[in-house]
Amino acid sequence: MSVLVNNDTRVVVQGVTGKEGSFHALACAQYGTKVVAGVTPGKGGQQVEAIPVFNTVAQAVKDTGANTSLIFVPPAFAADAILEAAAAGVKVAVCITEGIPTLDMIKVMAVLKDSDCRLIGPNCPGIISPGQAKVGIMPGHIHKPGSMGLVSRSGTLTYEAVHQMSLLGIGQSTCVGIGGDPIIGTNFIDMLQLFQADPQTEGIVLIGEIGGAAEEEAAAFISRHVSKPVVGFIAGQTAPPGKRMGHAGAIISGGSGKASDKIAALTQAGVTMTTIGELGQTVKRVMGSRT
Amino acid sequence: MKIHEYQAKELLKKFNVPVPEGAVADTNREARQVAEELPAGPFVVKAQIHAGGRGKGGGIKTAATPDEVERLADQILGMTLVTHQTGPEGQVVNQVLVEQAQEIERELYLGIVPDRSLGRPVIMMSAAGGMEIEEVAARTPELIIKEAINPITGCMGYQARNLAFGIGLDPKLLRPAVSFIENLYRMFIALDCSLAEINPLVVTKDGKMLALDAKLNFDDNAMFRHHDLAALEDPAEMDPLEFEARKHHLNYIRLSGNVGAMVNGAGLAMATMDLIKAAGAEPANFLDVGGGASAEMVTNGFRIILGDPNVKGVLINIFGGILRCDVLASGVVEAVKTVQVKVPIIVRLEGTNVEQGREILQTSGLKFTVAADMQDAAKKVAVLVG
Repeated sequence: MSVLVNNDTRVVVQGVTGKEGSFHALACAQYGTKVVAGVTPGKGGQQVEAIPVFNTVAQAVKDTGANTSLIFVPPAFAADAILEAAAAGVKVAVCITEGIPTLDMIKVMAVLKDSDCRLIGPNCPGIISPGQAKVGIMPGHIHKPGSMGLVSRSGTLTYEAVHQMSLLGIGQSTCVGIGGDPIIGTNFIDMLQLFQADPQTEGIVLIGEIGGAAEEEAAAFISRHVSKPVVGFIAGQTAPPGKRMGHAGAIISGGSGKASDKIAALTQAGVTMTTIGELGQTVKRVMGSRT
Repeated sequence: MKIHEYQAKELLKKFNVPVPEGAVADTNREARQVAEELPAGPFVVKAQIHAGGRGKGGGIKTAATPDEVERLADQILGMTLVTHQTGPEGQVVNQVLVEQAQEIERELYLGIVPDRSLGRPVIMMSAAGGMEIEEVAARTPELIIKEAINPITGCMGYQARNLAFGIGLDPKLLRPAVSFIENLYRMFIALDCSLAEINPLVVTKDGKMLALDAKLNFDDNAMFRHHDLAALEDPAEMDPLEFEARKHHLNYIRLSGNVGAMVNGAGLAMATMDLIKAAGAEPANFLDVGGGASAEMVTNGFRIILGDPNVKGVLINIFGGILRCDVLASGVVEAVKTVQVKVPIIVRLEGTNVEQGREILQTSGLKFTVAADMQDAAKKVAVLVG
């Protein structure tokens, strides 16, 4: 098992003929992911190495049975790309694009509410179920199949955490970057729910950062519904208020969104909080002490 | 992106949100002229800086005559205004807004923000105007009425009425209130605002509703479709290094410590700052050179970091995933030679081709301290600058 992506995942890459799109489509295929199609409007009929390119997602889904989309479309057109994937019947859409206007995402979410398409991101590294499928831009080789589920708002910070765990022999069931934007398709609670229900996942790593209240909401959910051990880390304890720390969503505003509040809430919910330098060791200690 | 009050009010007017009559002035003479052209006194002279708390800091004054407007503008223009939002260094005032003073009956609050949890714009209204909304939310949350707006329908009439009746507004003011709210929402959407705040929204003695103050922020991600708004940005309000960094597409934020940090990825950059602090030093900046940090990005990053004279050492923390460590190491060596870095550099590399990367650094003939891991890097840099 694992969550969201696995051996049955069949990927269509939107924006496949772009520089990033083609690079990562091939990297995903090389990892062993079934990348069955690409889409670039107007370039249908071409190939990106062995990947056939279609004009529309609907056609790609019809011809190849793609059930998952990986989106590399520029910010101005990304909302359109997400809704095209949903309309074509794709079940999981992973949007890597950074810089989508907030109001575009608000509209997208209003439409997706009545759809059975789950959006991951935007502004995220994607999803990997090590040994099965990589649908994203993360370096595949640092991952190791295993039983820890990981959910994070950040990209490279996630790689750091995964790397530490893999070096200590701790593998991962699925790692999901949910994205650094204020409005995202899938939040911590959605992922906690999936990990709690997944038999392969024995423990969860949650990596948050300043801005918003998603970590506080996750804490409330954990204390009521999550029985698996959770290790947590929050980035941005030294971040000044009122400044956007790289991610569009990483901002302390009006006294809310502070790291200290998030750490307190998660600790209160029974999450083992750690520092980034000691994350791997903490996971080892917490998981090792289980009987 | 933030803009000045006078710019916000010019935009409000275009969307039929009523504002007091007035205009901006760069000099005391111009300020007088604005006052002379207004129907009658008294007047208000308001310092134009982005930070709030201007009144308490002495940046907002009332004047009875155009003479007094000129005198007050002379005092305010050029002053360094310190408020709770500017930090102790304050902000120099380059412009004043001169307006007709109002006879105020009631002060209300009206604000629109995208709500992250709901994934929708939320309109907030409160009878407790003139106070910071965060303070009202903390002390008397029952005074804030909220309406979440479906982006597909927009703000419906009943929602505007719920807000107006919810704060106990005189039913005689229902029409102006509803149109005020609807027009503000229309602007929020049309201009891709990330905040539209009218505080206070005043009811005047003669029964008018006016935006006495206005704060508009725009979504940086949407600037590609609002080139006219981008021109409203005031570089004087930005840190010069932050302004420079943005030109090179670097995410840089200046802080007060002495350890410069160059990191790939926003989350990792924040985590690195936290580690520097935990090791007993203070970070001088946040800098995300991006997931695919190129030699050019690294070179520009060095220039920006070293533009801050407080920096006594630089910590480079790169997790090379897609980006190979050997490529990055060559970039760092090249950059250090070009920029002629004179402070100690601690490098922590991890990921693809890390061994080759470390070797390039060690055989470069330049003095790098290579750290084993993040923890080690932060400790080493703290010792070097301590």
